[in-house]
Amino acid sequence: MIKVQNLTKQFGPKTAVSRVSFTVERGEVLGFLGPNGAGKSTTMRMLTGFIPPSEGSIQVGPFDMLEQPIEAKRLIGYLPENAPLYADMTVYGFLAFAAEMRGFSGDAKKQAVQRAVEMCFLESVLHQSIDTLSKGYRHRTCFAQSVIHDPDVLVLDEPTDGLDPNQKHEIRELIRRMGQKKAIIFSTHILEEVEAACTRAIIIDRGQIVANGSPQELKQKSEMAGAVTVHVVNASAAEIKQRLGAIAGARKAVIVREEPPRIIARVLPQGAAADGVLARQVFEALAQPGWKIEELHTEEGRLDEVFRRITLPDTTQETQKP
Amino acid sequence: MKALLHIKTIAKRELTGYFASPVAYVFIVIFLLLTGFFTFMVSQLFGRGEASLSAFFLWHPWLYLFLVPAVGMRLWSEERRSGTIELLLTMPITAWQAIVGKFLASWLFLALALALTFPVVLTVNYLGHPDNGVILCGYVGSLLLAGGYLAVACMTSALTRNQVISFILSVVIGLLLILAGWPPVTQMFEQWASPWLVEGIASFSVMTHFDGFQRGVLDTRDLVFFLTMIGFCLFTTGVIIRGHRAG
Ligand SMILES: Nc1ncnc2c1ncn2[C@@H]1O[C@H](COP(=O)(O)OP(=O)(O)OP(=O)(O)O)[C@@H](O)[C@H]1O
Ligand SMILES: [Mg+2]
Repeated sequence: MIKVQNLTKQFGPKTAVSRVSFTVERGEVLGFLGPNGAGKSTTMRMLTGFIPPSEGSIQVGPFDMLEQPIEAKRLIGYLPENAPLYADMTVYGFLAFAAEMRGFSGDAKKQAVQRAVEMCFLESVLHQSIDTLSKGYRHRTCFAQSVIHDPDVLVLDEPTDGLDPNQKHEIRELIRRMGQKKAIIFSTHILEEVEAACTRAIIIDRGQIVANGSPQELKQKSEMAGAVTVHVVNASAAEIKQRLGAIAGARKAVIVREEPPRIIARVLPQGAAADGVLARQVFEALAQPGWKIEELHTEEGRLDEVFRRITLPDTTQETQKP
Repeated sequence: MKALLHIKTIAKRELTGYFASPVAYVFIVIFLLLTGFFTFMVSQLFGRGEASLSAFFLWHPWLYLFLVPAVGMRLWSEERRSGTIELLLTMPITAWQAIVGKFLASWLFLALALALTFPVVLTVNYLGHPDNGVILCGYVGSLLLAGGYLAVACMTSALTRNQVISFILSVVIGLLLILAGWPPVTQMFEQWASPWLVEGIASFSVMTHFDGFQRGVLDTRDLVFFLTMIGFCLFTTGVIIRGHRAG
């Protein structure tokens, strides 16, 4: 549905987005991650036809955004960053306006508004003026606007920003559900959201894509992925460290924490170990009368760690130097 | 057809926006009070002993100089400040539909304010026998004049997010457009510049072209002047907006 090739945007001498390419098919939810100022919003603005790219092409469905902008825009629903709204309108008036702009009229318009209102839980503020709404409700109103025409492509810039935990959950579920039939791109700073809703994630840093894969694949890049953590009671820390370090598939063994009488230790694997192998080795290495293993589990890897590592190459290099 | 529909939707939204706030009513009241004050108090409509509205239309260029920028200053600057321009221009419409829609809404609003001056027409008709054709012509000219100023305000509001700056810019441009053809100024210039130069500059003035309408002369050249002015300013608005988007 969406095909972006070599997208580049320059603001004066500054390159905000640099040769970004990706595709999103129907049924995919693409999470867009990256530190502040990475170029997420700029990419989305180009994608939705708000700003023209300096270079590169954007294909939405069968249409090229630069050559047939109207047809391409018709397929897209867009929630801009910070959810801009016409403050002097009521929620209903605004949604009716959005529906009209999308070509609805009469009963079809009423139905479209009704559907969006239900989807975003806006009944209680329907006739309230937008400038008196709370931040979360504003966000939901703007979100409702983006789905009012049931678009094939949804571009959402931080859709859960400012929502309460319940609403965050609802919107995430909504994105996941809608993602089965649409092509969705959304940006976020909340990493759990990526795991909860995305089929694929892209990490962008200083305008360039630095990682692209399913949340599982990204987590594999984590140092922690495949590590085995064990909680042992009534044992000696030094002994544990020594025994774990001697395991064939272990790269490194560390004592994470000591909470007497409990010791929490972790073994990092050498390369990718087969499922469960390292855990069994750890179990065998620590099998000794008197020592009690309370807990033993294999880590999945953590997205936040991956994120930190690949978006901060400068600091990582510095810590590795000495 | 779709284009007209989009323009209508945008204009309707803009107009409801005006009337949702007290600003619209305040504007209309101020407009009516000022026209009344200048027509009856300063120009002494009753004391002139003639049945015409020349004393009424005489003041319009000066009133519009401040009142029209007040209406137009928020057109695009507010859209940019609040970020709604991003919503508007990612909808399946072209930028010129949005520009024309917003312009027409404000123009319609000004037309409404102008229409509410009808008691003046009734008064002169009650007191004497004015030439109503001349009066109608004056109204047409006044409406075009307002449109011209509004297009300038539309253009300056696209230049900046700041409404105050937008207001000041359009007042300054409007003032230049008046002074270029205002007799006291042209007479002063005639003393040291060649007459054709003064006349050439004056041909860009709204005063020169509004004059005919006031006297009841509907000249195509005046009509074309105002329509060209509107077209040019709206076109420039489009260029400015495209410039912002390109970054
Ligand atoms: N109109 C503009 N003019 C100049 N520079 C701009 C403009 N818009 C964005 N930038 C710059 O482009 C870079 C990318 O900005 P962008 O808004 O895309 O970041 P982001 O990834 O969305 O960040 P955040 O997480 O904070 O929302 C930033 O350095 C920003 O300063
Ligand atoms: Mg952003």
